[in-house]
Amino acid sequence: MRTNPLVQLLLMRLRLLWRNPGVLFWTFVFPVVVSMVLGTAFERDVLGPVKVAIVDGAGAQALAERLATEPELAVLRLTAEEAHRQLSQGKVAMVLVPGPALELRVDPSRPEGRSARLLVESALSPPSADRKRLRATPVSEPGSRYVDFLIPGLLGLSLMSTSVWTMALPLVIMRGGKLLKRLGATPMRRGHFFAAFALARGVFALLEMVFFCAFARLAYGVPMVGSYLAFAGVVLLGATCFGGLGLFAASRIDSDESANGVFNVVTLPMVFLSGVFFPLERLPGWARPLIEALPLTPLNAALRGIMLEGAGLTTLAVPLAVLLAWSVVFYAGALRFFRWV
Amino acid sequence: MDLLAIDVKGLFKRFGDLVALDGIDLSIRRGECVGLLGPNGAGKTTTLEILEGLQVPTAGEVRVLGRAWATDADALRQRVGLALQETRLVDLLTVRETVELFASFYARPLPVDEAIARVHLEEKARARVGTLSGGQRQRLAVAVALVGDPELLFLDEPTTGLDPQSRRALWDVVAGLKARGCTVVLTTHYMEEAEVLCDRLIIIDRGRVIARGTPQEMIASLGAGQVIELEAEPAPSDARLSEVPSVVAVQRQDGRLLLRVGELHRALPAVLREVEGVGGTLRHLSTRRPTLDDVFLGLTGRSLRDEKEKAA
Ligand SMILES: Nc1ncnc2c1ncn2[C@@H]1O[C@H](COP(=O)(O)OP(=O)(O)OP(=O)(O)O)[C@@H](O)[C@H]1O
Ligand SMILES: [Mg+2]
Repeated sequence: MRTNPLVQLLLMRLRLLWRNPGVLFWTFVFPVVVSMVLGTAFERDVLGPVKVAIVDGAGAQALAERLATEPELAVLRLTAEEAHRQLSQGKVAMVLVPGPALELRVDPSRPEGRSARLLVESALSPPSADRKRLRATPVSEPGSRYVDFLIPGLLGLSLMSTSVWTMALPLVIMRGGKLLKRLGATPMRRGHFFAAFALARGVFALLEMVFFCAFARLAYGVPMVGSYLAFAGVVLLGATCFGGLGLFAASRIDSDESANGVFNVVTLPMVFLSGVFFPLERLPGWARPLIEALPLTPLNAALRGIMLEGAGLTTLAVPLAVLLAWSVVFYAGALRFFRWV
Repeated sequence: MDLLAIDVKGLFKRFGDLVALDGIDLSIRRGECVGLLGPNGAGKTTTLEILEGLQVPTAGEVRVLGRAWATDADALRQRVGLALQETRLVDLLTVRETVELFASFYARPLPVDEAIARVHLEEKARARVGTLSGGQRQRLAVAVALVGDPELLFLDEPTTGLDPQSRRALWDVVAGLKARGCTVVLTTHYMEEAEVLCDRLIIIDRGRVIARGTPQEMIASLGAGQVIELEAEPAPSDARLSEVPSVVAVQRQDGRLLLRVGELHRALPAVLREVEGVGGTLRHLSTRRPTLDDVFLGLTGRSLRDEKEKAA
């Protein structure tokens, strides 16, 4: 077991990943930090009660008492002058002037005026036996918030960058330091070498997935509507595909500097275009077919589909086929161009 | 069984316009330890890497252990061990993990601990490669070279940058391998190393073999029993000195005159008369037996010592 070359190569890869604080940070800490920052920044406020003002005078007290039965109304009693000032500033949604005929004043350009009128009407209408009050139960459904949209996209992004970098950078360093040449001079099977890289990436991709899903569930209650198994399968396919991209991009590079440039060029466009932070629908229509063809777009679509909508692998056939096609292109290119010396 | 470990005929290597190897012939017997010497850029590394199957020659016939790289690469890699001139091993692995990794590639490797012990790195077995000193890394590279228990070992400047003690320890390693019948081909810029370790030397310059033989043969080929080193102010001309009886050759190095002489008792008094003749004052005078350095200087006009300093 310990003398098996594939085991030894795999151990080497795992040790390298595990002992590299940079890898651990980008794999585990970075996606969590980003989702905490963005998830919090885009959290929508729960609506408070609607504020209305009653102009002080005869009947104001009685009116205020009747309106107080409506919990979604907050009633202020103000002088006529103050009430109108606050209405024009939008601090209250409506001004009620008690009198023989109750007068309601609203700013027609503000939507709260309409809610206020409905609430006031319902509070003032006489309770009747046949008309039960309608009751609303507040629902803020997990699965439809921004953070729910964000989490699978961030996982896709993180899979892309860790796969590209952890596959490619060690190869660049090993080539620059002549270690690839040295390994090429041993009887090591080339296939074992690449298999070890791919297997180690797979192991880390799964760890990344488990860790991030657990975080999303515990911190934000992001659900997993679909099957974990299908999700893991998509994660592995994504890691394989982007690992291939890393392998391909690094097949000839032997210095860190050019590596940085090349890897950024191949990954950065997808960070912004492939629906990590906002839905593709916001991008111009003519660009859509192009963007749909980038490998990160189908990965994100598949991850979201399974996680949020419970899609099965068969419904995701198209994005998965795109990912698979890219994988074939990347590995074929890498095999064709890879240089050991 | 083929008695030649290495048989090379008419080896050429071009890099674009540059001719790195210009027709090299080598035959190295099994069990021999052969040293490749030559100034920087002579083509030593290129020669070794072709023998190691890492570079393809532009022209020429190469047989290693009776086989050709083009057809028997897999079998050859099992039987050949090597250390490149420079390799950056993985910093985050420990010494033991590194040797264990390389051992796993071979059919019949040495025990990992034995390979580490042979280069005296036992104390560092658990240390990360990144924390090793330059010399310790080089010893690790040698451990990795011999962990496959090779029949044929290539070492490209294995002792450059080592302290004298580590260098001697490495000589013991090579001597031990030789005793086991392993064929060793190494390059070095250290003359005393070549003299101690190598049965035969091959001196390369500008991609050609300019001399070969045992260290003793090479020194004898100088035809000089002694070397006079002298510094004088002013010094007599080279032309006059070479007229002196029994002087074989005159060379200058670092402002010092080196005279290779056949018989010291005839040459020395005459040389001193020449110095007096030009009204010179002696600043230094010594005599010694000729060494490989003199061979090298005679052949290339440069000293191995210069090369050593450049390499370090
Ligand atoms: N990959 C390469 N591309 C272009 N030129 C090369 C290449 N490798 C070697 N050379 C050239 O070939 C010549 C021989 O180089 P080589 O490395 O064999 O020298 P060497 O004898 O090992 O020198 P040193 O003592 O400095 O290690 C040099 O002029 C070198 O510049
Ligand atoms: Mg060299």
